[in-house]
Amino acid sequence: MDYIDPHIHMVSRTTDDYATLARMGCVAMSEPAFWAGYDRGSVDGFRDYFRQLTETEPARAAQYGIQHFTWLCINAKEAENVQLSRDVIAMIPEFLDKPNVLGIGEIGLNKNTKNEATIFLEHLDLAAEHGQSILIHTPHLEDKYQGTRMILDMLCDDKRLQRDRILVDHVEEHTIGEVLDRGFWGGMTLYPVTKCTPERAVDMIEQTGGERLLVNSAGDWGPSKPTAVPDLIFEMRRRGLSESLVRKVVYDNPLEFFSKSKQFNFTPRR
Amino acid sequence: MTNVRNGDQIVAESFLEVRAKLLEVAATLDRIDRACETAPLEDGARSKRELLIEATKILLSEEPSRAERLQQLFSRKYDTDWRQQLGITEA
Repeated sequence: MDYIDPHIHMVSRTTDDYATLARMGCVAMSEPAFWAGYDRGSVDGFRDYFRQLTETEPARAAQYGIQHFTWLCINAKEAENVQLSRDVIAMIPEFLDKPNVLGIGEIGLNKNTKNEATIFLEHLDLAAEHGQSILIHTPHLEDKYQGTRMILDMLCDDKRLQRDRILVDHVEEHTIGEVLDRGFWGGMTLYPVTKCTPERAVDMIEQTGGERLLVNSAGDWGPSKPTAVPDLIFEMRRRGLSESLVRKVVYDNPLEFFSKSKQFNFTPRR
Repeated sequence: MTNVRNGDQIVAESFLEVRAKLLEVAATLDRIDRACETAPLEDGARSKRELLIEATKILLSEEPSRAERLQQLFSRKYDTDWRQQLGITEA
């Protein structure tokens, strides 16, 4: 089955991973900007990273028949450096017209601090001013619930934003309801220890019907599995769920959400 | 709700896996207790152990949404006054 991974960090993955993903049916992916594992020291460091996301990775993916899309921002972990964050936000418009850019992301919170919230709000301004879709990172573990509620508070305060153009990622059992009930898209990340197993993700699909839900591997430089979405497909089939429901969450839903970005130009496999 | 399997099937398919996970929990608690025979837990570790014991009580309860209640147990509480505390003004 063709599928789309809506959140994967291919700058951290090998070319062999592109080949494996292609063989498993991955036809498109989106790569949000994220933390590199260290704090970058200058706006030029981010400019180079954005070139990698908008030039290098699409070319690398295309060699394996995969269409690569991206989201741009400075991530929450680096938002503690407020001045650098503002310089990066001011530079982002240089890249918004690149053909694979879907919007602003993954913005959000990490430890739910004042500086993170400040820079999150400034990213929302950027997205609103430029008519961009938004992909949001929610915090990990014990900070997730409070951080997700703070993020939803800030999103719902801003009347300029269209909720159906916002994906709130890394939802779990205690946050999925609020996100979907308020009209946003929800993303489930398949990290077995810190986020969600394929089995628990399928439980949530069974309970919600899969409406406005996406599933991703968030494969990156840490413990993660870039082929986690096929694991979810396998689990759905093992339970006897319909092929139409499987296709909805791993293909139709990402297409519908991405299509709200003006630059999303996808060619389905014939 | 799109669940297509009945309860009998789910028990049959998941029994061994859940049994193994419960054994891991039991063995881990035993391991902690054995280690505590020589040195008691410090405050932070004791709080975490108590949290794990609380979690097992949620597993034993008959009410639904055990996974969601476990998540809430392991979460910081939502503070509705967060804006005021951080000095963030409402849009």
